[in-house]
Amino acid sequence: MDFEQSLRRTRSASVSARSYAAGSKEMTVRDALNSAIDEEMSADPKVFVMGEEVGQYQGAYKITKGLLEKYGPERVYDTPITEAGFTGIGVGAAYAGLKPVVEFMTFNFSMQAIDHIINSAAKSNYMSAGQINVPIVFRGPNGAAAGVGAQHSQCYAAWYASVPGLKVLAPYSAEDARGLLKAAIRDPDPVVFLENELLYGESFPISEEALDSSFCLPIGKAKIERQGKDVTIVTFSKMVGFALKAAEKLAEEGISAEVINLRSIRPLDRATINASVRKTSRLVTVEEGFPQHGVCAEICASVVEESFSYLDAPVERIAGADVPMPYAANLERLALPQVEDIVRAAKRACYRSK
Amino acid sequence: MALSRLSSRSKGISRPLSAAFSRSISTDTTPITIETSLPFTAHLCDPPSRSVESSTQELLSFFRTMALMRRMEIAADSLYKAKLIRGFCHLYDGQEAVAIGMEAAITKKDAIITAYRDHCIFLGRGGSLYEVFAELMGRQDGCSKGKGGSMHFYKKDSSFYGGHGIVGAQVPLGCGIAFAQKYSKEEAVTFAMYGDGAANQGQLFEALNISALWDLPSILVCENNHYGMGTAEWRAAKSPSYYKRGDYVPGLKVDGMDAFAVKQACKFAKEHALKNGPIILEMDTYRYHGHSMSDPGSTYRTRDEISGVRQERDPIERIKKLVLSHDLATEKELKDMEKEIRKEVDDAIAKAKDCPMPEPSELFTNVYVKGFGTECVLCSVQGPLCEF
Repeated sequence: MDFEQSLRRTRSASVSARSYAAGSKEMTVRDALNSAIDEEMSADPKVFVMGEEVGQYQGAYKITKGLLEKYGPERVYDTPITEAGFTGIGVGAAYAGLKPVVEFMTFNFSMQAIDHIINSAAKSNYMSAGQINVPIVFRGPNGAAAGVGAQHSQCYAAWYASVPGLKVLAPYSAEDARGLLKAAIRDPDPVVFLENELLYGESFPISEEALDSSFCLPIGKAKIERQGKDVTIVTFSKMVGFALKAAEKLAEEGISAEVINLRSIRPLDRATINASVRKTSRLVTVEEGFPQHGVCAEICASVVEESFSYLDAPVERIAGADVPMPYAANLERLALPQVEDIVRAAKRACYRSK
Repeated sequence: MALSRLSSRSKGISRPLSAAFSRSISTDTTPITIETSLPFTAHLCDPPSRSVESSTQELLSFFRTMALMRRMEIAADSLYKAKLIRGFCHLYDGQEAVAIGMEAAITKKDAIITAYRDHCIFLGRGGSLYEVFAELMGRQDGCSKGKGGSMHFYKKDSSFYGGHGIVGAQVPLGCGIAFAQKYSKEEAVTFAMYGDGAANQGQLFEALNISALWDLPSILVCENNHYGMGTAEWRAAKSPSYYKRGDYVPGLKVDGMDAFAVKQACKFAKEHALKNGPIILEMDTYRYHGHSMSDPGSTYRTRDEISGVRQERDPIERIKKLVLSHDLATEKELKDMEKEIRKEVDDAIAKAKDCPMPEPSELFTNVYVKGFGTECVLCSVQGPLCEF
């Protein structure tokens, strides 16, 4: 299909999705994830959960609460603290046709298992020319929490999203969490599902449609959270909330910002991003992770390649500071993008041509 | 003289020599009992008997298949030197008894996973010579359509899960397959094969721990050919008694050059794993080639050692002696068989050489399962959008 057609298709889908989300019910991200796993386990006996403390402890962050009681020890497995071993076992189970949902207590610990995610899972369908597909989900909290220090705060979106063969998703709202996790569990390919610890307790309105057990969101499609015409702000996960707050502040100053929630880091919805920038002529991208080779770098490259003649200002990229995460509260705050940083960047993009 | 001896075995049927011979391979299931050359050494279990049940059919098929494997690997050596095979090529000649003995003890519902020395395992699981050579030469009829290469052969319909390039990774993967077999109540087991080099990998012990905790039907098979690439086992392992390294997991040390010992051990291991969870088999074996075609294999071991093993312990010679001593064939018949095998291999190579390389559009297929990808805009080196 040509570019214009794909733009039109994307825009109409996201507008209709927005109008559905104006429901009266609310749900926390935690409950959204829990209900998604529950429903998929109920629908498909091949789905099982594996990870540290997912069973008897009810989940380190309570995402798997109640699942052991409901489904029993043959569907919910507490593992020893051996990521390389249990991730390899999960991938092997997926080779043989089961559908594991492997939890990493945080994605920092996934580094111990990253060989299995990349070399055993991501590449298998290609190396076997389609004989061995790997219907596995690797999920858990990603990125910064609060005061947990350098080894527990890294964002792995850029690392995993650079690998062909993986799908990488990052929900923001409760609706995102439900729809994307259900899609991920049903998907026949390996999916890295990047949650955010600080979002688990946040409540979001959720529509009747999203509460239905058949609800699924498409993988590879971004959502326009807020329509605007002056500047495009693209981001994912917790930064979507910050970008929406920034858009409110910008609106007070007469700048109309369009906020795009990526939902999917790989495949990246370049069509939606570029369509928006062609409309607004300005781009600000935001992420929590390290700046060099980040997700924002890829978005900037895509926009410069696809929509250069539409730009009225240089592309803006806001990322976490290029340092290991410090512990002190003031330094930690300085190390992460804040709402005021997004506002400042958007204003820069808007006044640059004057 | 030879004909009448053969005829008396085949109950007095007289017909042309080759027909009588091929008839006796395919239909004669007269039982034979073979004694293993060496006893088994056991760790935390009672070793199986040294008397192995077999048949004339099996004995002859062992010879034929092992000779085929041997010939295939030698041919691959030539193709590599002729630059028709690129990259890595790890050859299995010398280790054939492990592949063949294992197959004789199990079914195609039992799973096998191994590392990169996988050509003969693939053949044993039912893969064809043509698929092997086409894949090695990167052609579209290869078992992985030319996209995998030597280290990435798979045959899922025979429960062969590859073909892995990262040392040790295949062991947790194999335990995961065993997990799936238990989960789905399949009454089948998984043989996760690895070398003496991989035996020190941490993930192996992590997977073994979980297998023992959860009673998974995992059988860890250490093909100890005594060298991890160029490093001898005594330089890499504080304890090279790999069959004991499972600690709380039982183990058996097996003469890996004796196909019947391998068969007996695998049969024993399968029965054990289905009832009691994981077990380790250490196959004492040897590779004649270096680690790969880039390694001459003689800088870290002497030529005397290599030729010594070939003379004293060659697995095919051992079977040949058994065939002859049981009067199942004559020297000439076996030589004719070897000629047939040579031709079979040469024909497969010729056919593979004629097979075209994959279509350029195949570059972008199989990244995701067909129909589950989206349009990819990034593959714009040449310009076109690709869909997968």
